Amino acid sequence: MALKMWALRKSLWVYHVNTGACNNCDIEVLELLTPRYDIERFGMLLVGSPRHADVLAVTGVCTRQAMPRLQEVYMQTAKPCVVLAIGACANAQGIFTEAYHMGTTVDETIRAVDPGAIIMYVPGCPPKPEAMIDASVKAMGLLKTL
Amino acid sequence: MATSIVIFLVAAAGTMALGLAFKWVDRKVTAMVQWRVGPPWYQPLVDIIKLSGKENMMPATARGTGFLLAPVIAVAATAVAAAILWHGLIRPGETFVGDLIVVIYLLMIPALMTMLGAAASGNPHAAVGAAREMKLLLSYELPLLLVILVAVAKTGWGLRLGGIVTAQAQAPVVWSISGVIALVVGIVCVQAKLGLVPFDLAEAECEIMSGVYVEYSGPSLAMFLVARAMMLALLPLLLVIVFWGGLYTGAWWGYVSFVGKYVLLVALATLIRNTNPRLRIDQTLRLFWFGLTPAAIVAVILALAGISRGLTWL
Repeated sequence: MALKMWALRKSLWVYHVNTGACNNCDIEVLELLTPRYDIERFGMLLVGSPRHADVLAVTGVCTRQAMPRLQEVYMQTAKPCVVLAIGACANAQGIFTEAYHMGTTVDETIRAVDPGAIIMYVPGCPPKPEAMIDASVKAMGLLKTL
Repeated sequence: MATSIVIFLVAAAGTMALGLAFKWVDRKVTAMVQWRVGPPWYQPLVDIIKLSGKENMMPATARGTGFLLAPVIAVAATAVAAAILWHGLIRPGETFVGDLIVVIYLLMIPALMTMLGAAASGNPHAAVGAAREMKLLLSYELPLLLVILVAVAKTGWGLRLGGIVTAQAQAPVVWSISGVIALVVGIVCVQAKLGLVPFDLAEAECEIMSGVYVEYSGPSLAMFLVARAMMLALLPLLLVIVFWGGLYTGAWWGYVSFVGKYVLLVALATLIRNTNPRLRIDQTLRLFWFGLTPAAIVAVILALAGISRGLTWL
């Protein structure tokens, strides 16, 4: 069990979900893969399918259209997994709050299908790559306590 | 009997360890080419351990038996191929007739099982990936068999790995014009068989979301990754055995040169992967059928002419 958790912390694979972001956070997420930040040092990889993922990097406001899709993607992710809500929009719908096309916030949307979901919040518009690395490290620390 | 079981277990476990080590070399060299630091040395092993501990999900549309059985058979086939190849390399006197054909069949099974698993998963992305994998298989198998035929012809028409290795004690197949063509074509075919970048269209990450592996998670995915890592260790070994004299035990430098050739071929695969863009399926087919297959046929003709005239350099 300890070995499994250690391996999980050392090898977090990220799937990137866009629920209606303005592409600003998405660019910052991709920045993590570049030589300057190189998140593969910690064994993190960007993967193409939620089935392979351990971390869902969610950006965007979570519109009504995206809401059921986000829930579906969360249920398709192999557990245990961590959700990173990246950016002001993903945290609390940002400046779009109370707009007509909003669903619920990302954390409420995911908690509607799994009340025990692990959700990390990365505020900022967009958050700096350093903040995302910090959130990933804290997520690893959180997984240690499971 | 007991010795065979021990050899099988040691070869399978050793190839797995070696394959994961090569996987790390691959990722580290890729990172260095891109001016990054790259993952620590134990990263591929950690990935496998992590995937083994994760949930194994099966989509509602999947056919359970084929979906779950495919990765197991892929790993099993590569393990058997590993046992035969290492045995033929280390004890060339004790191989059985036709083991070269058996190895070629066994090394084809992971690709077949990838297609089976992808088709059984019931996902449209996986179906597209399986179709591409099938076209890829059809394009690279013919030139690969033709270049292996060159080596078979030049070593006295024997289909035993041990016979091929011992016949190359004086001069390896690659010390001739047909041998050089055969090795170059063989390296490109191996790149396609490994599914590395110019030919990774079956699991194109951006277009079809990892294609054939899109529905696999947890232990099943880990088994596919292990099978691929073992292939990364086995296919360069096959090239060294068939074209480059295998483990030449006649002198002390035989072992050193074997390690050098082996590492060179693995490093070449990584460098090709890092310096090429992904080819479309029609470009891949055209490259293999109209570029490499004629080259392989020329190599076969040269080898046959060399045998009939007694010219070993041809």
